[in-house]
Amino acid sequence: MKRGFFLPVVAFAGFLFLYIPIVSLVIFSFNKSKLVTVWGGWSTKWYVELLNDPQILGAAWISLKIGVVSATLATILGTIAAIVLTRFGRVRGRGLLIGMVTAPLVMPEVITGLSLLLLFISMEAMFGWPAGRGILTIIIAHTTFSMAYVAVVVQSRLVDMDDAIEEAASDLGAKPMRVFFDITLPMIAPSLISGWLLSFTLSLDDLVIASFVSGPGASTLPIVIFSKVRLGVTPEINALATLIVVVVAIGISIAWFLMRKKVKT
Amino acid sequence: MAELPLAADAKPWKDSAAVPFIRIKNITKKFGEFSAVDDITLDIYKGELFCLLGGSGCGKSTLLRMLAGLETPTSGTIEIDGQDVADVAAFDRPTNMMFQSYALFPHMTVEKNVIYGLLREGVPKAEAKDRVADMLRLVKLQDFAKRKPHQLSGGQQQRVALARSLIKQPKLLLLDEPLAALDKKLREETQFELIHIQETLGVTFIVVTHDQEEAMTLSTRIGVMKDGKIVQVGEPPQIYEDPNSRYVADFIGSVNMFEGTVDVAVSSTLRIKSPEAGIDLLVEPVEGLKANQNVSVAIRPERITLTRHKPDGAANIVEGGVVEVAYLGNLSVYRVKLASGKILKVTKSNLLHDEEPISWDEKVFLSWSNAAGIVLTT
Ligand SMILES: Nc1ncnc2c1ncn2[C@@H]1O[C@H](COP(=O)(O)OP(=O)(O)OP(=O)(O)O)[C@@H](O)[C@H]1O
Ligand SMILES: [Mg+2]
Repeated sequence: MKRGFFLPVVAFAGFLFLYIPIVSLVIFSFNKSKLVTVWGGWSTKWYVELLNDPQILGAAWISLKIGVVSATLATILGTIAAIVLTRFGRVRGRGLLIGMVTAPLVMPEVITGLSLLLLFISMEAMFGWPAGRGILTIIIAHTTFSMAYVAVVVQSRLVDMDDAIEEAASDLGAKPMRVFFDITLPMIAPSLISGWLLSFTLSLDDLVIASFVSGPGASTLPIVIFSKVRLGVTPEINALATLIVVVVAIGISIAWFLMRKKVKT
Repeated sequence: MAELPLAADAKPWKDSAAVPFIRIKNITKKFGEFSAVDDITLDIYKGELFCLLGGSGCGKSTLLRMLAGLETPTSGTIEIDGQDVADVAAFDRPTNMMFQSYALFPHMTVEKNVIYGLLREGVPKAEAKDRVADMLRLVKLQDFAKRKPHQLSGGQQQRVALARSLIKQPKLLLLDEPLAALDKKLREETQFELIHIQETLGVTFIVVTHDQEEAMTLSTRIGVMKDGKIVQVGEPPQIYEDPNSRYVADFIGSVNMFEGTVDVAVSSTLRIKSPEAGIDLLVEPVEGLKANQNVSVAIRPERITLTRHKPDGAANIVEGGVVEVAYLGNLSVYRVKLASGKILKVTKSNLLHDEEPISWDEKVFLSWSNAAGIVLTT
């Protein structure tokens, strides 16, 4: 009896711990007062102010571009990696390869960022490309780590799928390319979408890696927020953070929903 | 285009001049160290409906997959219609396969599933649609054309898979347990339909089945497989009447098996000592047996006569007590215990309303002729 009471209470406390900071952030973003911690009544003026801040709007636009491009590239590359690993199986060292693809998931971001920075610098020294650091290098960096997430998501879908379905198409006269576009792609489509959304939100969230590989004129939203917060938290930042939370929550929910949907056979 | 159907009485496998349509030569498939298919050599003739029969895991599906081009043989060659198909990819082979798992395209409707092969072949859409409609009528799915596979029952899905493999009418059809999920009535109808397609179109079939009765009704010949090898190939009556091993005798139909040792031939009969039977079993002479060799004698349940009184003139007579009677309508199955403790299965037709039917615990006599016993050495 006692345990039946204890567990829900702990779970509830856990949820409070997780969500109180976010809820208070959302509430204070509607605060009329300029002082972050003092309640001065309801207002949406910080959101209006946000829309008139060219620095923030510019950073948002950069983040959006980077997010869309890197998520798209990561989806393509990650899907190819997943297909190679599951369908052209039985090569030696397959386990190692799978491990290597997924390693960036657990690699500390500082290390990923640093190693990418070193790579870009030495590449520039050797071939003159990428010239300097900016949007392009952030896109490349985000693509590399998001790709790992896409590969994992798509791979789990492919593993669930009966190989015989693709074999049946090929047996009925479809050449490999046709099999891919007629059968494989539609069947893994939900995982591609959820992989894309995951990559997009990861890119939108990322501060550490972006700080390493960004250059002048390429400040993403998290970089701008971070630099502003160092001068003190303003209600305007609260409003911006609230918007980001909303976008990320929507993205993650759709991704989760699509991943949860089983392959119907 | 018109192919000569295989006449009911044509038996090309008995004609040494006939050219086989499919030539499987020393084919082996290894998964690691394990041989799923082990050195099979087999000829199949045009228009045949060849059944592969065997226990689970004996390599039937693997053999079909190699014919379809979905699995590369470790060694050996396959010829289809005179062409070595080693370098022909699955999508170019003149074969279609029905998968044991059905492998329907889950995101396509029934209609789209069935039409897929025709469109890949370049059949004009209007014609393809007509053919699909005919095919769906054949498998009684005309009302389900717009459904997705997951909205169908197991048996309906199986019929979609069957329709999808039949529609291209390839030279060689490979069916992996095509009727397993159908009810008895639908199964019999579909069996007749398969035979009809085979006889009118001259398509060659290789059908995998677990069901030996189905193999008996459907096939021109049966190949019995065990542990990756084909242990016997023959026409259904031959496999049933003249199995070449204990495994085949046991696998096809039910059988009573006695262990014994060869005694000597008494004029025109062979005598086999069998303590299990309690008598010396008399059978027709068999070539190549040595005295004291261990053999088994297989006797089909329907070849044994069950009587209350000792019959006259039967070659083999044993006594026993009825321990179980199962009434199956047209016949009854008796289990009779001999003095040695061995239990024999006997079937008795219920055609005649003889006196009182024999029942539990009665003492009975079992008798059979010396032609009923099949001597098996392996
Ligand atoms: N891809 C594979 N990798 C490893 N072993 C395999 C593979 N495919 C089949 N086998 C093994 O080969 C053997 C034969 O398999 P197969 O599917 O041909 O059996 P089957 O006769 O069709 O059995 P069933 O009647 O159960 O369908 C089995 O022991 C199986 O475990
Ligand atoms: Mg099988």
